[in-house]
Amino acid sequence: MASTETESDAVPVKDTDDLAGLEAGLDALDSVQTGGPPLRQVLVQKVLPPIVAVALVLAVWQLLVWAGVAPAYKLPAPSAVWGEVREAWLQGTLLDSIWTSVSRGLLGFLAALAIGTPLGLLVARVRIVRAAIGPILSGLQSLPSVAWVPPAVVWLGLEPSVMYTVILLGAVPSIANGLVSGIDQVPPLFLRAGRTLGATGLKGTWHIVMPAALPGYVAGLKQGWAFSWRSLMAAEIIAKAPDIGSGLGQMLEAGRTNSSMPQVFLAIFLILIVGIAIDLLIFSPLERWVLRSRGLLVSR
Amino acid sequence: MATTLAKAADGAEAAALHAARIEHVSKSFAGPAGQQLVLDDITLDVAPGEFVTLLGASGCGKSTLLNLVAGLDEPSAGSITTDGRPALMFQEHALFPWLTAGKNIELALKLRGVAKNERRERTEELLGLVRLKGAYDKRVHELSGGMRQRVALARALAQESKLLLMDEPFAALDAITRDVLHDELTRIWSETQVSVLFVTHNVREAVRLAERVVLLSSRPGRVAREWTVGIPQPRRIEDTAVAELSVEITEELRREIRRHGQH
Repeated sequence: MASTETESDAVPVKDTDDLAGLEAGLDALDSVQTGGPPLRQVLVQKVLPPIVAVALVLAVWQLLVWAGVAPAYKLPAPSAVWGEVREAWLQGTLLDSIWTSVSRGLLGFLAALAIGTPLGLLVARVRIVRAAIGPILSGLQSLPSVAWVPPAVVWLGLEPSVMYTVILLGAVPSIANGLVSGIDQVPPLFLRAGRTLGATGLKGTWHIVMPAALPGYVAGLKQGWAFSWRSLMAAEIIAKAPDIGSGLGQMLEAGRTNSSMPQVFLAIFLILIVGIAIDLLIFSPLERWVLRSRGLLVSR
Repeated sequence: MATTLAKAADGAEAAALHAARIEHVSKSFAGPAGQQLVLDDITLDVAPGEFVTLLGASGCGKSTLLNLVAGLDEPSAGSITTDGRPALMFQEHALFPWLTAGKNIELALKLRGVAKNERRERTEELLGLVRLKGAYDKRVHELSGGMRQRVALARALAQESKLLLMDEPFAALDAITRDVLHDELTRIWSETQVSVLFVTHNVREAVRLAERVVLLSSRPGRVAREWTVGIPQPRRIEDTAVAELSVEITEELRREIRRHGQH
């Protein structure tokens, strides 16, 4: 809609009583119509492509096995990995291992959330705190948290607390930094509008700053989860002890020591699938909801 | 109103006569060439229920003056007294996109301390006032530009301030919508008895809306001249009387602007 500077371009309306009708007409002409795409379109455009891609990868894998590019102890057949799934299922270790890792991952993530959120808020809002620990926090993000496993084992012993420590060190900086960048990107106009409405201090933080920063915060949570999961797997592979329990990382390491390549493959797949599933079930819907409710999601 | 009560006694006394009293206000900012004077000795009163437009070219500091009146910034010299905290409307609608239209208005009520069970009803009333009944659950991005500014107006009115500050609120709208919103604003102003201090660079708009037009000179901003607009409301932007006064004011405005090209 082009804005015209000369007022004479405006359509003259003689009858002022008709203002309500005129306005209703303008509103109807200008409003954005929103609605979801039909189910069929969603299936064809969103669901089908990844299924086809996975099927293609499986086909190529099977072809490579048939072509004999590597001996079976290096490259197991898809059927061998499937056999491993069935065996682990029948022994009851499959769900156990998955649950052990997932519960650790989510619990650690929640703890990281509880620590990272106030930390991010402090760094973003208190200038001296930002000057003091802002750079360290950003720097920590680029330090692979697997580096913390050896010292954590020395400090804490081979205990489950090692896992949580490593998750926290991996996820807290991501979550805090996500919140900081979310707050930094809050348009100053919202802060001014909030102040004129009386939202200052803690009220301003709660009613204006936090909700305005939500997109950046959610992006930080998503990344925080990815970091949590990666750190946990690294920790599980390195730290083995009867007390620690057996997660997916331990399953992978056990496969290597037993020279069971199907088990190694299975563990890798499970780690991948769990990571993707948590993202798809929790973080992506959360992100989409936040963006869509603000009209920031352009349908592709 | 809580903020009014918090004001000093002399402030309350002045408030009986003035919705806003701006006395010898100057404002300077630290610029690349030292202190830069943006507003120079501005004195201006807004009477209760009065509609005043501040008119000026770029650099006259009209938005700066509104920020000072709104309490978002402090004057370098002089004093500003208002009857309670004024409401402020911006050129951009400044609605919060994480809230629905209705919830935006409710937030203003909540921050003012309105009880929870009264908020919904009051919000519906305000939506009715700006003729947006049924828009409560609409998301901000689902509304047209004109509808957003009306919700923003309703949110500003929810503050129940005696003074409504408007910073070029219709500048980004198309001409047709702007024309309709002029009519709406005039109607709402006469219904609510709120005082309005309206900033614009559009001479016709200033004359269409105001009882009094204040022309500011630029760099630094000073009160150059004032006109009392005697044309009865409701006016239309294409009325001959509006056009005639606009021509006179535009001449004066151009004279002010030309002065800056001479040195």
